[in-house]
Amino acid sequence: MTSTTTPYRGEHDDTPLPAGGPNPPAGPDKNTGESLGREAWRRLKQNKAAMASLVILTLMALICFIGPHLLPWALDEVDWSNFQTAPSLENGHYFGTDANGRDILVRTLFGGQVSLSVALVATFVSLVIGVLYGAVAGYVGGRTDNLMMRFVDIMYSLPFMFLVILLMVVFGRNIFLIYAAIGAVEWLDMARIVRGQTLALKRREFIEAAHALGVGGPTIVRRHLIPNTLGPVIIYVTLTVPKVILLESFLSFLGLGVQEPLTSWGVLISEGKDMMESAPWMLIVPSVFLAVTLFCLNFLGDGLRDALDPKTR
Amino acid sequence: MAVHWRTLLTALPLLLSLGTAQAATLHVDNEGEPGSLDPQKSANHWDSRIQKAMFDRLVDTAADGRLIPGLASRWDVSDDGTVYTFHLRDARWSDDTPITAEDAVFSLRRLLMPATANHNANLYYAIHNARAVNRGERAPEALGVKALDAHTLEITLDHPSGYFLQAMAMGEAAPLPRHVLSTTKRWIVPGNTVVSGAFTLGEWHPQSQLTLEKNPAFYAADTVALDRVVMYPLEDTNDAIRRFRNDQIDLSFAQVPSSRIDWVRAQRPDALRTAPWAGEYFYMFNVRDGALADARVRKALNLVVRREIITDKVLGTGMRPSHRFVPEAMSGADGVTMPGLDAPYAERVEKARALMREAGYGPDTPLTLTLRYNTDDDHKKVAVAVAAMWKPLGVTVELYNSEGAVHYAAIKQGQFDIARYGMVATVNDPIDLVGSYAAGGSAAAASGYQNARLDALIEKSAHTANAADRRRVLGQAEQTLLDDYAVLPIFEYVSNHLVSPRVQGFEDNVMDEHPLRFLSLAPPSTPSHSGE
Amino acid sequence: MLSYTLKRLAFAVPTLLVVITISFFLMRAAPGGPFDGERQLPPEIEANLKAAYHLDEPLPMQYLRYMGNLAQGDFGPSFKYKDFSVTELIMQGFPVSLEIGGLAIGLALLIGLPLGVIAALKRNSTIDYLVMSLALGGIAVPNFVIAPIMALVFGVLLGWLPAGGWNGGALPNLVLPVIALSIQQIAYIARMMRASMIETMGSHFIRTARAKGLSEVQVVLRHALRPSLLPVVSYLGPAIAAIVTGSVVIEQIFGIPGIGRYFVQGALNRDYTLVMGTVVFYGALIVLMNLLVDLLYSALDPQIRYND
Repeated sequence: MTSTTTPYRGEHDDTPLPAGGPNPPAGPDKNTGESLGREAWRRLKQNKAAMASLVILTLMALICFIGPHLLPWALDEVDWSNFQTAPSLENGHYFGTDANGRDILVRTLFGGQVSLSVALVATFVSLVIGVLYGAVAGYVGGRTDNLMMRFVDIMYSLPFMFLVILLMVVFGRNIFLIYAAIGAVEWLDMARIVRGQTLALKRREFIEAAHALGVGGPTIVRRHLIPNTLGPVIIYVTLTVPKVILLESFLSFLGLGVQEPLTSWGVLISEGKDMMESAPWMLIVPSVFLAVTLFCLNFLGDGLRDALDPKTR
Repeated sequence: MAVHWRTLLTALPLLLSLGTAQAATLHVDNEGEPGSLDPQKSANHWDSRIQKAMFDRLVDTAADGRLIPGLASRWDVSDDGTVYTFHLRDARWSDDTPITAEDAVFSLRRLLMPATANHNANLYYAIHNARAVNRGERAPEALGVKALDAHTLEITLDHPSGYFLQAMAMGEAAPLPRHVLSTTKRWIVPGNTVVSGAFTLGEWHPQSQLTLEKNPAFYAADTVALDRVVMYPLEDTNDAIRRFRNDQIDLSFAQVPSSRIDWVRAQRPDALRTAPWAGEYFYMFNVRDGALADARVRKALNLVVRREIITDKVLGTGMRPSHRFVPEAMSGADGVTMPGLDAPYAERVEKARALMREAGYGPDTPLTLTLRYNTDDDHKKVAVAVAAMWKPLGVTVELYNSEGAVHYAAIKQGQFDIARYGMVATVNDPIDLVGSYAAGGSAAAASGYQNARLDALIEKSAHTANAADRRRVLGQAEQTLLDDYAVLPIFEYVSNHLVSPRVQGFEDNVMDEHPLRFLSLAPPSTPSHSGE
Repeated sequence: MLSYTLKRLAFAVPTLLVVITISFFLMRAAPGGPFDGERQLPPEIEANLKAAYHLDEPLPMQYLRYMGNLAQGDFGPSFKYKDFSVTELIMQGFPVSLEIGGLAIGLALLIGLPLGVIAALKRNSTIDYLVMSLALGGIAVPNFVIAPIMALVFGVLLGWLPAGGWNGGALPNLVLPVIALSIQQIAYIARMMRASMIETMGSHFIRTARAKGLSEVQVVLRHALRPSLLPVVSYLGPAIAAIVTGSVVIEQIFGIPGIGRYFVQGALNRDYTLVMGTVVFYGALIVLMNLLVDLLYSALDPQIRYND
């Protein structure tokens, strides 16, 4: 068989999805799909770490998006009498201030909004491109598939970091545009995963049946193939979101982070790392928020993978 | 306990390095990897530290930055200040070939040849025909530089130049080993390099370390205390500070950033050397069009910036609040200052508000400006603080940071409202800063600033041979710039270096020049010094 | 197998050509040039510099010149490090990056694989959560925070190891950077191993093996381990390529002379030749790594035969 450069397991597997078994994989009709969802949810609920993570993540998002409105300080408000002060109950800066006299807690919460949003934007863009690209390549097959996957290979050989740095340089200012662009580079894995799934699925009876009934190609891709790749896609999302958050922090380290007065966890941590000995709160506060989020996203991701992958019972 | 562990675990590598280093070895953080050791091919100041250690100039720099005789034991200047005659001493290259005036001629011609593409060539444009040679319009032989005999060099200038001797003390002007360059294409790698200075090139591992060894053939070798200098190109100041604390380096040429200054002051006050430095940190206004074409707006923006808050509270690195364009520490004129800045702050704010109203900006007609700065935590802090100070004027500031290449390209093309700029003087002369705002200068080109009076004063200074008169003329030029509120001066730089108390011969000076040949290392005073 | 390998290698050439072309024009499309710095250059001096590097020629001409030199194996001189050719810089930096990256991956496998297996076998138990929390700790905090903390604690405060520097690759200088670099990889490998192990343990042939009465240890060691390694193997190819060129953070923090910094600094400083050199090198490396991984993959998984 031909191989793309990085084999995905579904691709090499001659019997990719177990045919019978107590929990058949997503089938053509809606009932089975729903029961899969219900079944997955039941299994997810058994995973304490994943459930706890889900709760914490929800809380985290709420705090980040609602919290700043409840605090007396604005994002770029300078407290002229409190430059770089330690956490204190008296002056109202419960987590201290930065070198510009701005409240660390408010900035951390705003930073959370940005970090979470850019991660979702990038993931969403990569998801859309990756799923469409992979599904089309896998479904059409033959030369088209070959050509499309060769393009993916070429993209893989382009150093990702280089592309990202250039994107940052070219787009400069608009942070969401940048992360949309990063998503547009990140989709390669997704395309491979979906293609692998599609290749496996399209040999299954229900697709052939749909074909025989005269259902058109695009409709088959849209109605049958994409919904059936949902499991791996959800897993991919929970893996990509933390990846993008870390990437964002790395770019901030290189000085390619969000523009002031906006901020992000990456920017705050990058500023704070130099202060670990003189103003440790500047490092600790955003780091804790980031670490908790990444922990939870990863546990949730693992939990979802366990719950959704029919082979892991 | 910690000492025991340290001895056990670090003994091996340290012993290895100390074994050969019974002789005096200085370990130096040199800020960055050299772009080139060829004195005419690069412009980083960390390159020039190495270049100057390897290649002596006709005019040398003392530990305190003063100019002293180098390869030339003395020189004469004609009364009109246009003919310099250098008398070379009997010195030899490290391969024992005599150093001659022909070597100096060869080097100056090479410096100005277009193919060399030297960054600082314009500092030598006073030499007869230099500009034409540099533009490729004349042959290098046309340059006004002549070897009268093996030990006498005559340089003819088109007009007197206040900083010509300083330029001759720069690495660019060092005589080069003509006999090596003509035969060896890669003459500046270990093994091939022939030097005239206090040190020769030892090993060079790019991005890791570069070793300089004492040159026994140097004419003043008996005055050089160090046997070896190891230069580390540390890009991360925190790395430098950690290695300094670990006694892996004795001296850091990197500037201590504001994020670390508190710690250094508290923990290592004995090692922090702070001194005024010939550089100005300012915001450049694009005066071509829009609100900033209006001097009232520029004045208002200047009035409300409290420099002392930035220097003391936001940065705290010892920078000095600036009300002028040429730092006080430089050899500029006295009494030059931006008008209006010495009034009490409340008054300044009132005045600024009034000016903004006059210019047609107020709560209903707010002004939005973009402030560009290049990526750096300290630049960011300053920009955030300044933006907050402008806010009461109803000015909304959009902060825009980009990496150096983009930032400076945007400035060059005039694509900015307000841009952060740091000018560090290459030579200790006001013209290096003020001249950039005269017609044809880089700052004038970038900002769109034009003032015939300033141009005339700069032109006049070029023909004023008397140093005091010239300084006064340049002072008037600077004052013109300030009266126009063409810039927003923020602070004068200081240099902040970590220098181990063991290092001797390190003298603070305004050009931040610390020739390695004058440094020495006292024996470790405390037994706890690592590894011994 | 041989013909497959040759075919893949032949395909590498057009791949690299496309990569080079895209990178070349992308790099030139970025605003700012190699000579835009704090010191604004007078026009005649800038013109001299541009002429010296052929930047005054039209872009297509520069492209052809670059490709022509490349065909002769010449990456050109670096704009920023003028005393060296790009080839020399890469050849000096690559062994360093390879050493650190290789050791880090080795360490990550050594720790990550067992952690993943243990977590999978004790799935959803306290041990699982504990092990995975430990592993995930590596990706919960960015390595540019972990690395300086390590340097501070073990280098400065405890004084056990050098706080930074390469020192020709001496062992004490290697310890901190390698550990710092492996922490993230441990997390990724442990997770991947856990997931694939869980998947394998649920498959038919494991049930069959159990039914044959093999002990759990035998089942794991003889049947489950090998197929479970497959995803980790396919991860390793890109991971090694990325870690070798992407250890920018570690190199910068510990002052290590690898090629990662060339890559980022070159891109930020518009050192066109240096960036192109690293891009070409990286492209070739990743093609090679992927080929190796596929061959290793087929060795591990008897179901795959490359015979076309």
